[in-house]
Amino acid sequence: MDSNTPLPNGTSEVVLRAKKLNVYYGSNRAVRDVDLDISENTVVAFIGPSGCGKSTVLRCFNRMNDLIAAARVEGSITFRDDDIYAPNVDAVELRSRIGMVFQRPNPFPKSIYENIAFGARINGYKGNMDELVEQSLRKAALWDEVKDKLKQSGLALSGGQQQRLCIARAIAISPEVILMDEPCSALDPISTLKVEELIQELKQQYTIIIVTHNMQQASRVSDHTAFYNAEATEKGNKIGYLVEYDRTEVIFQNPAQQKTQEYISGRFG
Amino acid sequence: MIAQTPPSPESASVAAERPYYPNTSWRYGLDRLFVIAIWSAIAIAIAALGLLLFDILLDGLPTLSSQFLQGFPSRSAERAGVYPALLGTIWVMLVVMFVSFPLGVGAGIYLEEFAEDNLFTRLVEININNLAGVPSIIYGLLGLFLFVRLLAPITGGRTVLSGGLTLALLILPVIIVATREALRAVPDSLRQGGYALGATRWQVIWEQVFPIALPGILTGTILGLSRAIGETAPLIVVGAVAYISFVPEGLQSAFTVLPIQIFSWASRPQQPFHAIAASGIIVLMIVLLLMNGAAIYLRNRFQKERL
Ligand SMILES: Nc1ncnc2c1ncn2[C@@H]1O[C@H](COP(=O)(O)OP(=O)(O)O)[C@@H](O)[C@H]1O
Ligand SMILES: [Mg+2]
Repeated sequence: MDSNTPLPNGTSEVVLRAKKLNVYYGSNRAVRDVDLDISENTVVAFIGPSGCGKSTVLRCFNRMNDLIAAARVEGSITFRDDDIYAPNVDAVELRSRIGMVFQRPNPFPKSIYENIAFGARINGYKGNMDELVEQSLRKAALWDEVKDKLKQSGLALSGGQQQRLCIARAIAISPEVILMDEPCSALDPISTLKVEELIQELKQQYTIIIVTHNMQQASRVSDHTAFYNAEATEKGNKIGYLVEYDRTEVIFQNPAQQKTQEYISGRFG
Repeated sequence: MIAQTPPSPESASVAAERPYYPNTSWRYGLDRLFVIAIWSAIAIAIAALGLLLFDILLDGLPTLSSQFLQGFPSRSAERAGVYPALLGTIWVMLVVMFVSFPLGVGAGIYLEEFAEDNLFTRLVEININNLAGVPSIIYGLLGLFLFVRLLAPITGGRTVLSGGLTLALLILPVIIVATREALRAVPDSLRQGGYALGATRWQVIWEQVFPIALPGILTGTILGLSRAIGETAPLIVVGAVAYISFVPEGLQSAFTVLPIQIFSWASRPQQPFHAIAASGIIVLMIVLLLMNGAAIYLRNRFQKERL
């Protein structure tokens, strides 16, 4: 079998741990036997060819897969030692602790201010809303660009600004983990750079998992990298699995697996 | 392949040999033809409508007086008025609005956002789509049985309430279908954005999805109400009477409505009654315009709020 062992990490605490994670869509298994530990205040990159289940695994961590009727999750995921798929766990509460940023910026068709305030309000935020909006926008490096037009629509911003607005919206509710699914794939290089700088900033406070197709991005922003691949089954569909998970330098300079070496050197995928 | 070689002077002549025949003049011709076709369609529709309006205004305006608006039905056309029918229409439409909007929108939201996709919901769905096409007289029969007879202790029999409820049933499918279409048009990415922030299903629907769908829902409601205000057959079955010498004073009053009054005048042989039928049509159209105007105003307000 593959060396898909969780990353041994001496010091910091494990925030999320997947064990024998299998995800099915209907009768198709999309991902098999993923074992993975995510430690506190690290940035973990998920890389691998399209369709190998990166988004699927990512969505397991905040139970967004619950919203897909056909999706079924087996195995376990623990968040600070609590099984998040246990029957008594409230997915709504979980999602307020594990935020998500999507591939395409999806600001609400409301004002910039309201985009940030919405999450805070529904989660019962009792503090000063104006301050929270400003803080969140500052953390997302967007404040200077929008401070004079908070009442304008979030949709009137550029794609890169919209994505930072979505990040601001996610951090406004102080999650412990932020999941990002190819957050820069719809952005131009300058916006991408800004988001990357932002991720570096956010790392001080949050644990981040980022799916990316951009090798440079993975090596620039992440501490650890998980490489996924897919293999065809007899039935003709593909099953994704975790090939190798290690410190990012190791994955990019000295991977243990042949497949990883081939992928990062651009020989397939 | 082309991208790899920089463009050279020769490539222009090569381009002429590409296996494409843009034939733009033919395509532009088709464009123009299409524009002419839709303009004619609009012109015909508007001309027909204009002619109709002109004819009715010509016939009806002379007899449209405050006495006509405040008068009661009478054996003589000169003294006959539209007052009870006008109030009857207003009463009935209020019932229709307050019943069909919440019920229709609620059912639409349930079916689109909450119900699981199983055999039962699919059956319900097919039935609702079919109900939209059922002749209105059938609803009249249903109303007669359900509201006039079975629920007589509540409705009081042949009353405003029975009539309003019958019409509400009639337009319910229209509102349900419009609600579902409007909800379906809201991009899923917004729902996901809401859920990812720890919103409950209700919060996502109420705060993110519903406001965006509301203009579409109101459009469907306008269509439904416009249909209800012109209905005659089901109300005749339910027992609206044309000759009424008092105004409805509550939900349990006997009533008539404008279309029935107009129909009864128009079907008389004497010419003066035809004139006041036309006046009645003008009144009906004004009520309809006011009602739809209010709905459109609301819709535009919500659309603006959406930013
Ligand atoms: N909502 C869904 N319904 C059914 N199958 C899905 C769904 N989402 C993803 N899949 C399948 O799961 C596999 C993994 O997809 P995904 O997680 O999106 O891969 P990646 O993000 O690595 O490109 C693919 O074969 C895809 O077809
Ligand atoms: Mg993906």
